[in-house]
Amino acid sequence: MNQAAISATIWPIAFFPLLGALLAYVLGRKERDWAGIIATAASALSFLWVVKLVWALPEAHYFEDQLFQWISLADLKVDFTFRVDQLSAVMCMVVTGVGTLIHLYSTAYMHEDEGRHRFFAYLNLFMFSMLLLVLGGNLMVLFIGWEGVGLCSYLLIGFWFKNLAYAAAGRKAFVVNRIGDAGFLLGIFLLLHLVGTTDFVALQPAIMSGNVALGTDFYTLVALCLFVGACGKSAQIPLFVWLPDAMAGPTPVSALIHAATMVTAGVYMLARMGFLFVLAPAALAVVLVVAVATAFVAATTALTQYDIKKVLAYSTVSQLGFMFMAAAAGAFWVAIFHVVTHAFFKACLFLGAGSVIHGCHHEQDMRHMGGLYKKMPITCITYGVSVLAIAGIFFFSGYQSKHAILGALEHWHNPHLKEWIEYILILVKFTAFLTAFYMTRSFVMTFLGEYRGHAHPHESPWPMTVPLIVLAVLGAFGGLALSGSLGFSLEHYLAALNFGAAAEHHHESIAAALINSWTGLLGVGLAFVMYTQLKELPGMFLRLVPPLSKLLSGKYYFDELYGAIIVRPLEGLAAFLWKVVDQGMIDGMVNGTAAFVDATGELRRITQTGQLRYYALMLFGATVFFIIFYYVL
Amino acid sequence: MSEFPLLSSIVFLPLVGAILLYLFPGFGPRQDPESRAVRAFSMVVTLITFVLSLLLWGGFNPQNTGYQFVENKIWLPSFGITYHVGLDGISLFLVLLTTFLMPIVVLASNSVEKKVRGYLASMLVLQSAMLGTLVALDMFLFYIFWELMLAPMYFIIGVWGGKRRIYAALKFVLYTVFGSVLMLVGIFYLVWAYYQQHGVVTFGLESLARFNGLSVQEEVWLFAAFALAFCIKVPVFPFHTWLPDAHVEAPTGGSVVLAGVMLKMGLYGLIRLAYPLFPRAAELFTPYLAGLAVIGVVYGAMVAWAQKDIKKLVAYSSVSHLGYCVLGFVAFNTVSAAGSIYQMLNHGISTGALFLLVGVLYDRRHTREISEYGGLAARVPIFAFLFLVFTLSSIALPLTNGFIGEFLILAGSFQELPGFTIVAVAGVVLGAVYMLTLYMKTMYGEIDEAKNGALTDVSMRELVTFAPLLALVFIMGIYPKPFLNALEPTIKNYIRVVEERRQMLKSSAPMRTRQVAEDQAADEKISSVSDKSKTALDALIVKRSKV
Amino acid sequence: MVPITHYLILALLMFSIGVVGVIVRRNAIVVFMCIELMLNSVNLTFVAFSKQWGNLDGQIAVFFVMVVAAAEAAIGLAIILSVFRAGQSIETSDAAELKF
Repeated sequence: MNQAAISATIWPIAFFPLLGALLAYVLGRKERDWAGIIATAASALSFLWVVKLVWALPEAHYFEDQLFQWISLADLKVDFTFRVDQLSAVMCMVVTGVGTLIHLYSTAYMHEDEGRHRFFAYLNLFMFSMLLLVLGGNLMVLFIGWEGVGLCSYLLIGFWFKNLAYAAAGRKAFVVNRIGDAGFLLGIFLLLHLVGTTDFVALQPAIMSGNVALGTDFYTLVALCLFVGACGKSAQIPLFVWLPDAMAGPTPVSALIHAATMVTAGVYMLARMGFLFVLAPAALAVVLVVAVATAFVAATTALTQYDIKKVLAYSTVSQLGFMFMAAAAGAFWVAIFHVVTHAFFKACLFLGAGSVIHGCHHEQDMRHMGGLYKKMPITCITYGVSVLAIAGIFFFSGYQSKHAILGALEHWHNPHLKEWIEYILILVKFTAFLTAFYMTRSFVMTFLGEYRGHAHPHESPWPMTVPLIVLAVLGAFGGLALSGSLGFSLEHYLAALNFGAAAEHHHESIAAALINSWTGLLGVGLAFVMYTQLKELPGMFLRLVPPLSKLLSGKYYFDELYGAIIVRPLEGLAAFLWKVVDQGMIDGMVNGTAAFVDATGELRRITQTGQLRYYALMLFGATVFFIIFYYVL
Repeated sequence: MSEFPLLSSIVFLPLVGAILLYLFPGFGPRQDPESRAVRAFSMVVTLITFVLSLLLWGGFNPQNTGYQFVENKIWLPSFGITYHVGLDGISLFLVLLTTFLMPIVVLASNSVEKKVRGYLASMLVLQSAMLGTLVALDMFLFYIFWELMLAPMYFIIGVWGGKRRIYAALKFVLYTVFGSVLMLVGIFYLVWAYYQQHGVVTFGLESLARFNGLSVQEEVWLFAAFALAFCIKVPVFPFHTWLPDAHVEAPTGGSVVLAGVMLKMGLYGLIRLAYPLFPRAAELFTPYLAGLAVIGVVYGAMVAWAQKDIKKLVAYSSVSHLGYCVLGFVAFNTVSAAGSIYQMLNHGISTGALFLLVGVLYDRRHTREISEYGGLAARVPIFAFLFLVFTLSSIALPLTNGFIGEFLILAGSFQELPGFTIVAVAGVVLGAVYMLTLYMKTMYGEIDEAKNGALTDVSMRELVTFAPLLALVFIMGIYPKPFLNALEPTIKNYIRVVEERRQMLKSSAPMRTRQVAEDQAADEKISSVSDKSKTALDALIVKRSKV
Repeated sequence: MVPITHYLILALLMFSIGVVGVIVRRNAIVVFMCIELMLNSVNLTFVAFSKQWGNLDGQIAVFFVMVVAAAEAAIGLAIILSVFRAGQSIETSDAAELKF
């Protein structure tokens, strides 16, 4: 990183939400409505501070804020440092910007909930953790945020904790994330052991200079450990199972945490450690395989879901796969690009879904929706725009980023998987087609046709529609605005993320772009026709191949598989260790020793009759015995 | 350093307090039926002790790596036994932990209803014994304090405990004594061997730690005797089965002291005695100790997961956490050893707090079955919040104290024992599993037991009990520097001294005893004589042949 | 002069009678007297050997035995008395409460 540090005041960015969390909880206990206002204000203040800093951030520089030394012991020195470089700036903008909108939205969405002071406190605490994650100047501070967002996710998924299934979903999220975190920790240990620091500014030259005689195997090992962490947080195979369950949380939470920000933390971390990953081509190949598999599996699962939030959840998993594909190709700026555009349109989709759920009185099943375009026009239009965006139709934002991902994959220069990349590309394009298909399906089932439910749907109030409109506009034009067409190029801005993998840049005509978005157009068109005109067709398809449809609607049986091969055996083992090993064997030996002493004592007791004559006889007999023993024998 | 015997006053103040509880008629059951005066007096005694121990921290010079506040008085000169106490960075924090936890335990004694005077007197005697163990620098003194810890704890469990209290108390005492008797034999053997070589009887730790007359074989046996005593106390897997029974039956305060301080005595003994005295054997035992520690981490977590009794779950989680501490220490580098000490403090705070929380529930509902609870978060939000914070501290979430300890241990151990550490990292995941399962089953869901619907939230007094613990969880998690700064020089020096001694012992083949040395000298004489005669004979033969 | 064998046989008989009495009889007083009998048989042996070897050591030992026997009698009778007071019996078989 040939960049120079400028010291600046960064801590308020993270501090505002922390303070907001405390105030929202304490004051919100007295007056519930204050919580939302405080939390939104804190988030907005944080956003303004980010804007102020980003505005002032010169090219090829970064801001630095050294707060205090956190851990200092022998060679292990960890500073509590915040840094804002271009990458952090982009992430901060997304986190605080989208975060503020979602806070605003939540004030209306949660306005009837008795525990909303807790809700807003958790939400602000999440903002705090997420900002620590993106502002942290070393892996350790990042890790604080990393675990912190996991905690907030746990708390918010189980927000309606009276439902034990929701609470269990929260626990599942935390535990699965912890598995990833364990890998992450091992990566940190390896780096600490062999390089001696986790500070990004110190780490990058140490790794890239090649002075560290560590070898590719080391890079691969560290990269894979870190990627395990990313898999947990960003819901990739095999650790993605928590995300669909995480939809138990209130919908704004799904929008903020499980779509726009937290789940992209893994991508951010890969980009942040990109200098390491580009030196580990084998690890990148693993990332690609995992990403493509995840994208495909999640997209096909989304095809058969009826719960509107589950569709979006699987779609998120799938899109995260797309982000990791870009990272795997070494095009980290593209991954971040997709993070940004995805944050726009997926947050909009989730908020739209929330608006629908809110309007339909907590109905989530799309089979009981339909025809909502009349009742909820704003929600319908914004949702529709976002569907086009995620489908990758030119000129919506999703097109720009997805096209960039495909471009990056076409320039795959990694020796591993070189001969497979053609087939992988076909699979990726097919997945992109599926994305368009299932998203259009959800749109049609929700908003078109006749209303099939029994509630009285109504449009949501302004605090909910304004964020929808803003996000829809961003989702529509954000991609174009960031891709250089309007004078600002994210690629140029994030030039520091270009670790020798210069992607070709080519401008294309509108016609070419329209042709390039054929997968999306095909998916949208096909789904539209199938679900509005030929309503029998989807059912026929599913009946045609019963095992396949069963597999898809069963979500590939991942949960059942994990239950059968991991969770239940471990539970059995735990019970076995306790009952048989601990109580039976180990404590059995302890108590057995005691019982042995007891039993021998009991045996000796028989001789103690209390009869004097008996004792005298024994005394005499013993004397005689010893006399004979010594003198006669 | 002042002439005032600060350390001794801290050690014996609680003991004096306990005696006064019985001497003053005002504390008798007739004059003080509500036991108000008894509680207040014990509170004052423990608070004064705590304040005095803060003076220790204030006067402690972290750069001085030797023992500080040393008092050395001849006690039983004919046996070389001295009253020798002192403090270094390692014992400083354990002393502080002890004195810090005691007022909290006294405050939590309100749930004890019968024979309050006896209970609090036992606690005070126990405190003196623990503090004495931590500062003793004479093996004999150490052993006396070590055994003195047992008696009050025996009564605390056996008199104020639950249904199976007699069984638990007897198991606790017999198991621990079994180990420490072996240690006593070890101590005598060591002193005897020292006498054989130097002709002086001494129990002084500093002299014995410079003794170089042991063969490796002897070191191994002695280390095994010491280590067994300490491993039982920690407890290291598979010597842990007394712990769940003792914890479940002990009253709340007893559990807090047991988990908070007494378990640390095992590891402290390993640090203070076993490693410096027998460095070569320690090296040989390292893989076994590390293996047992790691098994303890995973095994404790797994068994904790299967528990149906809250207290038993927390007890098994102690086995798991102490496994980390042992691993960190035996990995034997500055980072991991400091992490090990730090984690002992953390464990004292978070597990102590968890036992107090269980006590709060038990006082209200008189059951510890997990299945009896559920949905409490809606009914008792402050309790749920406290429970959450200490749960998170227990599973080592960053910015709580637990993370610093666990991270230092694992990061440090990874450099020395990577294989063991990778397994131990699995404990990080399992810890989240059992603690969050416990939290979910007790706090979340609907309130299904009618009795839970009438639960009251934590009272003001209970809140005061938890407040200092809560504050420390965050202080030690966010700003560990003052603690680590005071620990670092001591630990660096400690490790350097032990390793230098190990090298020294390895390089110089030590004389077994004076006797052996004389024998060897005699052997050499004989052989040299025969050599001489042989050469003379050779010379003669040569002469003859010439002639 | 009576050969030493006669003394020894007498002593042996006395001792055997004492042993059998201690083992067989239940009355604490009789048991007590039998113990005295055994002690006296030993005394007899001591004196016999003392005369045999013309050495006074044995006679001195006899004095010690007699002193011990007297002390024993004092304490033993006191014990028997208090046992009788406690249980209204001096049968040894009745005084078996202290067995574990």
